[in-house]
Amino acid sequence: MSGLHADSTRFVRDTMLAEQEPPLTERGAVKWARENLFSGPLNTFLTVVGVFALYLILKGLGPWLLHSVWFANSAAECRETVAADFGPGATGACWGVVRERWAQYFYGFYPSEAYWRVNLAFVLLFVALAPILFAGVPRKVLWFTAFYPVTALFLLWGGSIWVPVVIMAGIAFGWVAFRLLGPFAGALIAAIAAGLVPVLWWLILAAPVAHLIEGWIPLGIEAIPSAKFGGFLLSFTIGVTGIAFSLPLGIVLALGRQSDMPLVKMLSVGFIEFIRGVPLITLLFTASLLLNYFLPPGTNFDIILRVIIMVTLFSAAYIAEVIRGGLAALPRGQYEAADALGLDYWKAQQLIIMPQALKISIPGIVSSFIGLFKDTTLVIFVGLLDPLKGITDAIRGSFEWKGVYWEPFIFPGLIFFLICFGMSRYSMYLENKLKRGQR
Amino acid sequence: MASVADTPKAGFRLGMLIYDTRYRSMTIQVVVMVAFMGGVAWLVDNAIQNLHTLGKDFNFGFLWARSSYDINQRLVEYSNDSTHARALLIGLLNTLLVAFLGCIAATIIGVFAGVLRLSKNWLVGRLMTVYIEIVRNVPVLLWILLAYAALTEALPPLKDFRGDNPAATMSLNDSVAVTNQYTVIPEPLFSRSLGNVDVGIFLISVDLLAIIAVLVGSILVNRAIKAQASRIQEQTGDRPVTWWKSLAVLVLPVVVLLYALGFHLGYPELKRFNFSGGTEISNSLLALWLALSVYTGSYIAEIVRAGILAIPNGQSEAAFALGLRPRRTMNLVILPQALRVIIPPLISQYLNLTKNSSLAIAVGYMDLRGTLGGITLNQTGRELECMLLLMLIYLAISLCISAVMNVYNNSVKLKER
Repeated sequence: MSGLHADSTRFVRDTMLAEQEPPLTERGAVKWARENLFSGPLNTFLTVVGVFALYLILKGLGPWLLHSVWFANSAAECRETVAADFGPGATGACWGVVRERWAQYFYGFYPSEAYWRVNLAFVLLFVALAPILFAGVPRKVLWFTAFYPVTALFLLWGGSIWVPVVIMAGIAFGWVAFRLLGPFAGALIAAIAAGLVPVLWWLILAAPVAHLIEGWIPLGIEAIPSAKFGGFLLSFTIGVTGIAFSLPLGIVLALGRQSDMPLVKMLSVGFIEFIRGVPLITLLFTASLLLNYFLPPGTNFDIILRVIIMVTLFSAAYIAEVIRGGLAALPRGQYEAADALGLDYWKAQQLIIMPQALKISIPGIVSSFIGLFKDTTLVIFVGLLDPLKGITDAIRGSFEWKGVYWEPFIFPGLIFFLICFGMSRYSMYLENKLKRGQR
Repeated sequence: MASVADTPKAGFRLGMLIYDTRYRSMTIQVVVMVAFMGGVAWLVDNAIQNLHTLGKDFNFGFLWARSSYDINQRLVEYSNDSTHARALLIGLLNTLLVAFLGCIAATIIGVFAGVLRLSKNWLVGRLMTVYIEIVRNVPVLLWILLAYAALTEALPPLKDFRGDNPAATMSLNDSVAVTNQYTVIPEPLFSRSLGNVDVGIFLISVDLLAIIAVLVGSILVNRAIKAQASRIQEQTGDRPVTWWKSLAVLVLPVVVLLYALGFHLGYPELKRFNFSGGTEISNSLLALWLALSVYTGSYIAEIVRAGILAIPNGQSEAAFALGLRPRRTMNLVILPQALRVIIPPLISQYLNLTKNSSLAIAVGYMDLRGTLGGITLNQTGRELECMLLLMLIYLAISLCISAVMNVYNNSVKLKER
């Protein structure tokens, strides 16, 4: 039997073959390209179209960007430099306009000797935001965050130092009222008092008191009117304030919409649907044209403040809807468990419902914030100088930069992109960080 | 009556209004009610006082006064002799036009970009990611201004079309002229027109009505044919071939009608100052349309992507296991579920686009805000009435869009328990 086998088998391999490299089409860049770019007729077609589109974009923008001129003091000088360096007929970007006018983009018409105030307020903003944004920062910094609004108010608008001090005093009085009344009048009365006292203080006593102290101890820095604000200073002022106030207001509105009390629910729904149904621009016009009709005769308050109020209300309505989605996504059992533990409404909201609902709604809330920040450009239509159109029009209209079309748009657009993109990345980071709790 | 067990033993005390949960919500509502009414009364009182001081009254009579301004783009007849109410109508139609065109274009762009971003093709996926991220993270105002600047700066001026050796020529076989002020396209004309019918506020072409009627009729007949085919399939298991019937029913009647009406295109011609003939589309409309569609398209792309990703792989695998072919899998399994995720945010994007169309002011497109909230307001000085009307109209448009889309949403929604 074995002999027969030996006869019919000429060759028996007794060692393994050495491993060979995969064929050329199955490794390296070729394999990657075959899998990702040319895996079928449709994909090949898409790749060709994509390459063609890329070619068109590069052909259009490439030379223009390569021929950039950074040092020039007028559009004519730019054109001469490009013509001299790259021959007549060549086109080139003229970034000289950004180099010369960047201050206007950032500060508007804020007096240049006071730029340090804006810079300081901007840097302090990040110090104030740090404990909110990142868990690693010591909690004590939150005290600074609490004082930041009045600090920024004082730095940006200037004037007497006693104005921010009496504003802060109102909050301190509210706290004192809460502490004094709490032990014997009950938490509810104390909370109402803590809300009423500051409001009464601000409405009635604050202005005369600030005036009085100012008379004794004049202390302050140069006051700068709102009309001087412009550019990204304006966008940040409106955007940051709007963001800070619209979140709490949005939460209140969302709770109001979920409320068992028909009247509260009706008012919240009416407010939210009205605000969401009209364009922001009509609300801004209302702020600039109509607000005077609805306030006591002779009242006139700052246009930036009016815009901030409108932007806040607008954004709050959207945030309320986002949070309502988060509340709806919570299982019924969470509410029932909170009830079973004997928690009252506010405790349940604070400890059980809101932490979960807000976590679910983070992406939506942040995209509302991004929308709010982008919408700050609309203030141009009520006569404030936003960085996109207000400042750009001022620059394009000036004699020396006539004929520079794209650069004054691209620069603020790029900054908007960086900020908004940064915000959306931060929301992804936060989502990932909080996801761990769900396991 | 005596059987009521939990009647409180102690009588009613005032403190119970706050501390007893049975009465507390009542108390809060009364307080809110009083505060709300008080606030409204305060505002109205202030408004009455202020109006009185300014010597103004509150009435909408100004709407019937002569408007005495021109509007460059009008879908129905209008002249500066018309009333402010008519100017309002023109503005409303312009708003609706750009919103309608924008919604269609944004949906097309969004669906393509969203699907392509998910494609296995590395290059196209990256390109779409870049498009979506760049467009979403920059204010829409910038896109409107850029589109307008591109159209006015990069396109040839009217004078380039003149002379023996013009610098610019009309494209598409001399039928379309693209200039830096407007684009002229051929206009549809009917040599045996049926005339117009007056529907009270404006004229409607009977030709258009006839075409729409025939189209609707064709579609209804086509549906009947398909239903018939489905019935036969249910009974016999074989589906009769219907595509040629459908094609004939959908195309033939319209073609016959168009021939009967003497349909032809009126091509634009360069005259002394302007192009004559053809339909002019102003650059402001084009820029607004382009920018709004590209901007909203990037949002819709993300919605579409999320909708597709929301369907687990198991769904299509289960459909394949049942023996469904890819197209029927898409139609019967994937799309109905994906649409349920896609439609609600899509509605709010349509609303956003409509509201963003009020940025037309940046490029001088005469929409509702440009006519009623712009020139009419400035001419008559009636801020209160104009803004109130403007907001109410936008609110009505928004509510109508949500209502229509909600009906659609309910029809595609998966029926649960």
